[in-house]
Amino acid sequence: MMLRNCFAMLFVLVVLANDSLSADKQTVGLGSVNQTAVTTELKTVKLYGTGGVAGLDAYQSGFFISEAGHILTVWSTVLDLDTVTAVTSDGKRMEARVVGIDPNLEIAVLATDKPTAHYFDVLPPKPEDAKAVNVQLTTAHTGDRVLAFSNLFGIATGSEMSSLQKGVIMATTQLDARRGTFVSVYQGPIYVIDAMTNNPGAAGGALTDMQGNLLGILGKELRDARANTWLNYAIPIAQVNGSAARIIEGKSILKTADSRKAADRPISLVDLGIALIPDVLAKTPAYIDLVQPNSPASAAKLAADDLVLFVNSVRITSQTALRNELKYIDQADDVTLLIQRGTTLREVTLRKP
Amino acid sequence: MSKAESNRKPLNWICTCLMLLACNAAEIRADDAKVASVQPAGAKDTASPVDANVVAAEQQRIAAMRKAAEATVAIFGLDGGGGGSGVLITRDGYALTNYHVSSACGDHMRCGLNDGRVYDAVIVGVDATGDVSLIKLLGRDDFPIAPLADSDTVRVGQWVFAAGNPFVLASNLQPTVTLGIVSGVNRYQYPAGTLLEYADCIQTDAAINPGNSGGPLFNFASEVIGINGRCSFEKRGRVNVGVGYAISANQIKQFMGMLRSGRLVDHATMAATVSTDDSGKVLISNILNSSDAYRRGLRYGDEVLTFADRQVNTTNDFKNILGTLPKDWRVPISFRRAGTTQTTLVRLAGVHTEQQLIQLVTAELGKNAPQPKGKPGRPDKPGEEKPADGKPGEKPVAPTDEKSKDAKEESSRAPLPGEPDKKLVKSMLAERPGFANYYFNELNRDAIWTRAQTLGDLTKVDRRWVLTGKLAGEDTPVRIQLDSVGATILLGSRTVELSFAEAMSDAISKRREGGLLVALRAWQQLLQVGPKQIGETIYLGTAPVYTATTTVLAEQPLMDVLQSAWYDTMVRFSFPQDSGEIRCIEVFGDASEDPVEVYFDNYREKDKRMLPGRIRLQYGIEPTLLIDIESIAFSAEEPKPK
Repeated sequence: MMLRNCFAMLFVLVVLANDSLSADKQTVGLGSVNQTAVTTELKTVKLYGTGGVAGLDAYQSGFFISEAGHILTVWSTVLDLDTVTAVTSDGKRMEARVVGIDPNLEIAVLATDKPTAHYFDVLPPKPEDAKAVNVQLTTAHTGDRVLAFSNLFGIATGSEMSSLQKGVIMATTQLDARRGTFVSVYQGPIYVIDAMTNNPGAAGGALTDMQGNLLGILGKELRDARANTWLNYAIPIAQVNGSAARIIEGKSILKTADSRKAADRPISLVDLGIALIPDVLAKTPAYIDLVQPNSPASAAKLAADDLVLFVNSVRITSQTALRNELKYIDQADDVTLLIQRGTTLREVTLRKP
Repeated sequence: MSKAESNRKPLNWICTCLMLLACNAAEIRADDAKVASVQPAGAKDTASPVDANVVAAEQQRIAAMRKAAEATVAIFGLDGGGGGSGVLITRDGYALTNYHVSSACGDHMRCGLNDGRVYDAVIVGVDATGDVSLIKLLGRDDFPIAPLADSDTVRVGQWVFAAGNPFVLASNLQPTVTLGIVSGVNRYQYPAGTLLEYADCIQTDAAINPGNSGGPLFNFASEVIGINGRCSFEKRGRVNVGVGYAISANQIKQFMGMLRSGRLVDHATMAATVSTDDSGKVLISNILNSSDAYRRGLRYGDEVLTFADRQVNTTNDFKNILGTLPKDWRVPISFRRAGTTQTTLVRLAGVHTEQQLIQLVTAELGKNAPQPKGKPGRPDKPGEEKPADGKPGEKPVAPTDEKSKDAKEESSRAPLPGEPDKKLVKSMLAERPGFANYYFNELNRDAIWTRAQTLGDLTKVDRRWVLTGKLAGEDTPVRIQLDSVGATILLGSRTVELSFAEAMSDAISKRREGGLLVALRAWQQLLQVGPKQIGETIYLGTAPVYTATTTVLAEQPLMDVLQSAWYDTMVRFSFPQDSGEIRCIEVFGDASEDPVEVYFDNYREKDKRMLPGRIRLQYGIEPTLLIDIESIAFSAEEPKPK
């Protein structure tokens, strides 16, 4: 369903919204919203990382999803650091490191190693835990009232509570959006919200129902592909909780050098038939400049301007990181790359001929 | 996102927002029948479509909004330019708005209420730093009002609504009402330049758009919790993005007396900065040694615990508290050094000098008009003499510029209904540097003097005043003689003399009984000649006076303060807001030194005159002398032998 339809529906929805009033009886005065706000705020964090230049903000939002203190947030340039700072609404500051990311959902899971009593219990149980009962996820429907918790515009600092907005689910639909000229990677189901959640720093915030049950994660700043309007949306938690659990379990953990052994006969970029653009920065992106004919790279149809994002599910942040990672791969082994070409991501496997 | 893109679509968004606003309005104004006919999704029983609680809650909301709308003001410039919102807070027409609204309109504006009538309004006082203006609507003494709430009780998640004139839509004078919740409290928003600092403000997701500025944010009891004035805008242009800020009602209460003074009011600084250390303590990181805080013992590295009786846990807490305090207030601060906690009082200086404030406010006049359309604002204040710039062919657009012609016409006939009453307005406007409208300063100053006169006229008594009594709790006799050329105090066997030919400030610097004589002479002279003759006297506003020796702000009454330039000093006389008794006299000599403070209480009647029965002398916060006065006698002065 397209966004313009959503706007048409809005007229109906604001009236229908009265229905959900019955869910929260105390609509006057402080009432239940304040209680929800106070208890839910404790589960949210303000995140501070890189940025602050060229229109890139150095802050975003996140929330706890495990007793062990894991934080779910969106994957963005803010996280381009070994550790970022997470600040809870009671003023506690902690370091958070990126455990792993899911490039298809554009989410990231951070570890604080600080156990917390305040988290959204949304992760599926571990497969080996036979006794565990599956978590009950809350889903929302068109017309439901929702609350959005985020540190939009970085308004709150330190022990201040992040911002609270109320809204109504205008539509549940498929994301069809773009960022700049690029189509967004995630194209799955979303909640469209009538509250203005699409603001700097809001991405990674929590969307809950009026009782504080988690419904989804506020998405990154995007425009609708056709209407070109800024889109206020959240990705339903059911779309991301499985991936988050896999990241926590280490399925795509950023492997660190000390836990592995370098290969005896490491593979090199020359072996693969790849030449990168000149390495002039501390963190030059791993853009391919040239692909040698009759090489594993050409066989996999790699081309100039492809950006290498992952090598064997290890996130590559620079050319140096790529060269380092290749040291752990033997010349005899296959190399799986996730590359970004224009608007699309594709996974390719390079094999020795 | 490229820049070009972000600039491309503002119109779309304005349209969308207008649509959303219209929706909100429709929701609110829906009559009962309409609401009852709505079928809730999933309801099985068609006979009772809506939960009774929902209907009741909605009725309550409609009633609250109806009541609130009556006190909401739509503000327009004289020629229809500018525009914004406001709210009436007193029956005789005092109303609050934003400084950035009033400055765009000039000192005479037109205000519409939802009864369909338009009233003239004049500027009263201006707090440019806090973005608040007090205006007065004319023509009625029974205006509908909205009370100011205790905004410290506002909580995140609380339902609120804004009423006002977004996009200057209220052409029928019916305010637009937008519903939302409180998104955050105790927010600090940095000043734009040195003006428009929003400290301790309320953040809401109720739609606040250009034109809502100056309008009220209400709770569901139709009480004003704040004045809407600022939004976070970004890529969508100047339309609401779910983040609006309201100046808290409690900040406005603290500034109310200052605003009524008709002055350009300033915010406070402690002349010290704080920062948070690694362990989260808020420490003094810088302090001017000429400041009152320094004189009261505050030093670099002291940990601030409370300020103005509020907890300080973060640097933002401190800025939030400081940002809501007026210049010239004195507030308690408690701090810890080496494990010892102490509490003292600090006098707050101004963020700006008076000249800076005048320049900033003059520069803002007629600018920043919240205009949704392409109509250029007129920077000239109506009724103000406009220097002829001599450009041929450039005729003034509005008739208000042709002052002399207009004035003649106006004076010859009464204004028609709905027309501006320029004669009345002109009589209530007085220009003077440092003031938004000096008329209201004189009004208050004269009212206080009238109040003081009800305690007994001392303007015609003999010129020598002799006060006799004892030191409190002792047998030591005290005799004070006040003449026009000098004064003496006899304490037991000790005599201190003071000639008024000497610099008064020197007597204050000595921190002895001479300062008492200085203050008593100021008191005597005020009562003998009145505020107009003693020296340049203005009404400063209201400030807490620590009549008791406790330092708890909540227990200190706000008093009316008159301030006089007198000899080489500045004198402040403080009166309770409901009485003519002078309770405190402070004489400021050297700016980097403590003033002398003299407190009066135990007022008693003698010969149909109310006179103080006890006098306390104090420098800093330590009382140095407490005198029980037994009698005050008036006699003729002997000619002083040369």
